[in-house]
Amino acid sequence: MNAATSRNLTIAFFVLLAAGALSPMVVGSTKFPQWLEVVLGGLMSGVLYSLVAIGLVLIFKASGVFNFAQGAMVLFAALSLVRLMEKMPFLVALAVTIAIMVGVAWLIERLVLRKLVNQDPIVLFMATLGIAYFLDGLGQTVWGSDIYTLHVGMPKEPKILFENTFEGGILVSMEDVYAAVIAAALVALLALFFQKTSTGRALRAVADDHQAAQSIGIPLNRIWVIVWSVAGLVALVAGVIWGSKLGVQFSLQLVALKALPVVILGGFTSIPGAIIGGLIIGLGEKISEVYLGPMLGGGIENWFAYVLALVFLLFRPEGLFGERHIDRV
Amino acid sequence: MIYRETGQFKTTYASDQQLFPILQDRIFVVGFLVFAFGVMPFIGSEYLFRAILVPFLILSLAAIGLNILVGYCGQVSLGTGAFMAIGAYSAYNLAVRIPDLNLIVIFLLAGMFSTIVGALFGIPSLRIKGFYLAVATLAAQFFVDWLFARVKWFTNDSSSGNVSAPPLELFGYGIDSPAQRYLFVLAFVCVFALVARNLVRGAIGRSWMATRDMDVAAEVIGIRPMMAKLSAFAVSSFIVGVAGALWAFVYLGSWEPLAFDVNRSFQLLFMVIIGGLGSILGSFLGAAFIVILPLMLNQLPGWLGIPLSTAMISHIEFMVFGALIVFFLIVEPRGLARLWAVGKEKLRLWPFPH
Repeated sequence: MNAATSRNLTIAFFVLLAAGALSPMVVGSTKFPQWLEVVLGGLMSGVLYSLVAIGLVLIFKASGVFNFAQGAMVLFAALSLVRLMEKMPFLVALAVTIAIMVGVAWLIERLVLRKLVNQDPIVLFMATLGIAYFLDGLGQTVWGSDIYTLHVGMPKEPKILFENTFEGGILVSMEDVYAAVIAAALVALLALFFQKTSTGRALRAVADDHQAAQSIGIPLNRIWVIVWSVAGLVALVAGVIWGSKLGVQFSLQLVALKALPVVILGGFTSIPGAIIGGLIIGLGEKISEVYLGPMLGGGIENWFAYVLALVFLLFRPEGLFGERHIDRV
Repeated sequence: MIYRETGQFKTTYASDQQLFPILQDRIFVVGFLVFAFGVMPFIGSEYLFRAILVPFLILSLAAIGLNILVGYCGQVSLGTGAFMAIGAYSAYNLAVRIPDLNLIVIFLLAGMFSTIVGALFGIPSLRIKGFYLAVATLAAQFFVDWLFARVKWFTNDSSSGNVSAPPLELFGYGIDSPAQRYLFVLAFVCVFALVARNLVRGAIGRSWMATRDMDVAAEVIGIRPMMAKLSAFAVSSFIVGVAGALWAFVYLGSWEPLAFDVNRSFQLLFMVIIGGLGSILGSFLGAAFIVILPLMLNQLPGWLGIPLSTAMISHIEFMVFGALIVFFLIVEPRGLARLWAVGKEKLRLWPFPH
């Protein structure tokens, strides 16, 4: 399949997707305000998927490791924060949690990555599977395995917007709006960090070429610690937002699995890809669940994202913004 | 000193290419099989069969299947649980809807269904590679989970989603006692291990390994990637499907879709990693390790006199699993099978160092 066909099919895919998203309104099974509510809900959960996905992309770009443990890091960070908040004020707990996440990053680099330099990517991937299990176990051993509610001052009650424009208005959860704003701020901050600081430049250099970066004196080990720390902080933000929405519990880890179709849809190496992929997955999932789900017996949220990503990969194997892969013998 | 191949001359191609070229290996394997078939059923306790040997054997079989895909063909799959589920539910539906079918036929047909679905989900592997493929196989996992939980036809309209296997019967004899179940599973595992061992050292196995090592290069030297990859998916899902049917019928007896969720897929992947990628023996070693470790961990606090809650033990089990996987990848990325091979090599030279 050449580039042009791939591009045309990609466009066709999105046209179909948009048509599918709009169809409930066209066939008249729903009214515009209700439809908009569903769309907004989908986009909001998409933002949250993006947050986890960004952590994945960061690590993949900087170290070529597909970090399966990102979900476990989200859970671990959220658990640490919620349990520490029982004993100390929020800001102190937050600082301690950040310190813990940096410590985790340092340990991972020291005990795992450094020993596995030059191994196949698949070996590194499996190592992160091990890390994921370890962090899950550790988090629950140290912090307990109940469901904890996390209050960080985000408003819980939904608000009705555009009451004058539409009949009944649109129900929007303010929590989701806050989450979206925080996520946007985080992305902007990350972009600044990557573009403007010398550490950010070093990170990008390592992402481009490990050996070349090392040869001009960039310390790989330190870069990896930094990048895993940043991923840990992104995980913390994701954990706080998810946690205050759903409660901090083990199933957070499974929600984080949804970030996987997001990154493969968006492309492994692209932060914009992670964001747009997240929005597409969140939107597609919500709309399909609400309008298609009842026909299929419900619960299709669990697999729709994966199948969507799988279909997309068939004609665009590198994802939306991923680097086109060229094999050489 | 005993383990030395000096003086064993190969005078025909057949003897050079046999499965175990070293006489001592042959004696060991035959002795082991005689013990497993002839002695074990009489000396084993019910607990040993029920809690250790039967799950170990069935999971080894599934691990062999997964190892063909991951270890030999290099296509990472996180959807093994799904293919086990397909085997289990096809076997259930066959047994319920066609009551007179022979049990072995049921299991083989269940494997065939799993093969078809496996090949179907293997098609993306022609386009996508590596991590992308690993995530794509998760699509199979979650889709199949949903399918068996929601579509009532598959569970014969059982209200709770729980299904029970009919009583096991083969040629008029019931397979009821733990020892009989053990023998039944053992026979299956032996046959499939032999088939798998021979497949991987034949032409098809070589094409898998070439694809694993570098698929573009393999294509250049004339291996058809579509055949290699799809046949690996097909063979792998067949074996995994049969293992799933055995797991459901012989080990569980009655089960729900959760028995084959994504954690089962990870568990099998761990077996393959710890046992050794690209090794049939490794599948057995890995399965033994993963089956026995939790039992040990459960007993250990009791022996040491430290009281721990079951929840705590399960969390610690997670930690130990995770740590061990990382440990194995660092120390010996090729797993227990590699340690075994190193040990054998040492034994050949013993008592001399070189």
